[in-house]
Amino acid sequence: MNNICVYCEIEDGIISDVSLELISKSVKLAKQLNCKVEAVVIGTELKNIEKQISPFGADIILTADDKRLYPYTTLPHSAVFEHILKENKPQIVMVGATSIGRDLAPRIASSLKCGLTADCTDLVIGDYQDQKTGKEYKDLLYQVRPAFGGNIIATIVNPETRPQMATVREGVMKKEMIDKNHKSEIVKVDATPILNNVNFAVKIIKRHIEARKINLGSAQIIVAGGFGVGSKEGFNLLNELAKVVGGEVGASRAAVDAGFAEHARQVGQTGVTVRPKLYIACGISGAIQHRAGMDGSAQIISINTDPEAPINSIADVAIIGDLHSVIPKMIKHYKEQSK
Amino acid sequence: MAFRIIVLAKQVPDTRNVKEDAMKSDGTVNRAALPAIYNPEDLNALEQALQIKDRMGDAEIIILTMGPPRAADIIRESMYRDADKGYLITDRRFAGADTLATSYVISKAVEKIGNYDLIISGRQAIDGDTAQVGPQTAEKLNIPQITYAEEVVSVEKGKIKIKRRLERGVEVIETALPALVTVHGSAAPCRPKNAKLFMKYKHAKTPTELQTLDDDYINQSVKNKLYLNIEELSVDDLDCEAEKIGLAGSPTKVKKIDSVVLQGKDAKIINDSDTEVKDLMKELITNHTLG
Repeated sequence: MNNICVYCEIEDGIISDVSLELISKSVKLAKQLNCKVEAVVIGTELKNIEKQISPFGADIILTADDKRLYPYTTLPHSAVFEHILKENKPQIVMVGATSIGRDLAPRIASSLKCGLTADCTDLVIGDYQDQKTGKEYKDLLYQVRPAFGGNIIATIVNPETRPQMATVREGVMKKEMIDKNHKSEIVKVDATPILNNVNFAVKIIKRHIEARKINLGSAQIIVAGGFGVGSKEGFNLLNELAKVVGGEVGASRAAVDAGFAEHARQVGQTGVTVRPKLYIACGISGAIQHRAGMDGSAQIISINTDPEAPINSIADVAIIGDLHSVIPKMIKHYKEQSK
Repeated sequence: MAFRIIVLAKQVPDTRNVKEDAMKSDGTVNRAALPAIYNPEDLNALEQALQIKDRMGDAEIIILTMGPPRAADIIRESMYRDADKGYLITDRRFAGADTLATSYVISKAVEKIGNYDLIISGRQAIDGDTAQVGPQTAEKLNIPQITYAEEVVSVEKGKIKIKRRLERGVEVIETALPALVTVHGSAAPCRPKNAKLFMKYKHAKTPTELQTLDDDYINQSVKNKLYLNIEELSVDDLDCEAEKIGLAGSPTKVKKIDSVVLQGKDAKIINDSDTEVKDLMKELITNHTLG
């Protein structure tokens, strides 16, 4: 059986979470398909990089190490990754739906003339019958994704072309270490002959990447605000509650679009997917695109003046009231009782 | 020769505000019930093109769109904002195309228009949110791509400098032209329509529209004024291979469509009184959700 291949993103020597999440997902799918998982790392100074990846269960780690391969630029990375895909012929390719993955994956899919599904929220193995020809296909990758602004969920398959390519956002799949001491086979790919024919037209003049200040993905408690918060200043109240209970502040797209909160705080389909222990939704009506990014939370409390707000239908506790008066009460009672 | 910018734009249903009445009883979306709008990030892209034109003076902006005949609307909307010309790729045989088949057709149209220096489009369209057509078109044309652009910093001596907006920072990169740039929603919003340009271009029409309208005055205006012609491009005009377009040219197939079903929970409803909030906080502390 052909393998599953994961493109691993790397920043400052650290493999990104989304890549490890995809490896974890691939390990499960590979069991069903009876195939192996290949992790591809393209960059420079990759010595010992396998230590970050092996514990998640990749069978094979392919590294292409060249000074010219870091930081990421489209054409050199496409050339190397495409070369590996042509050689190894995986049946499935997964890439993180990040600004890098969403730049790389379509370029490759176009070149290989294969199907690509963006921002999948689930990946499942299953059979498919073509309605017109009646032809049956075994063990395809069902690529499940929201479409149409999140108002529908589509299941996409690529019956004829290989590889079946999908991108997945960070936080959608679960990162699961299987064995600290797991050993992967290491394969070094010589990038030099590939890069000899590559267009280095694109040059990075300046690069300013900040260490992640906001980390919604790993927050156990999220206090999120929607349009109902009313203003940028209104978010101060949420900041205060988050600080008191040791949580992180999130926001709905409506709040981000209105300029109340920065984009890095956006929870939902076009933002981050989160599943904290507690999600407090303040003045969030609960559009589908928002719920898709947080309905896996263990517990949901909503604060909304509207008893009919859709968010209440997925909440464990719905406080009907104005967040501007409810949040100070929460802060006060938390402080009093947690002493 | 003028610096030629091709702007790829799309008319999309406004999926951001889907109200109950736009949902059919089977849970699917009734596209016809949604207003058709100019894809938001394509407007950001148009603004970047217009700024280049402002700076260079001698630049020509060509709008290229693909869709049903009514998609000519967004070409006119672009003209009201100072685009110079428009092409509408329209043919029933293109229907059912995924991003691969779409990018093939767009690349054929770009080649037909020819002599371009820059292609610029929105990062993604709000009906699919895939962000694939830009990079795929660049690959087909064998030119570099710059995605997630926030600002065109400069265009000079055959090179373009772009500021990109990434998840955790910014990057300024430079590439030789021609190149394809996709613009992020954080870029400058598009300028409003201009009243003079509206008067100038309001009768800009496609051949199909002229036929349907059958208005002598407009027919005559379009005949006399070259700039009022919106050109249509069909499968035959673009010399497309049949197996690369529409459903046949699309490797991805839709297996099924589900409506989004809410896993309804029975929420405990409480009011905002001091006692109720106090009890809630107490419970959260006791069961170790907090603290």
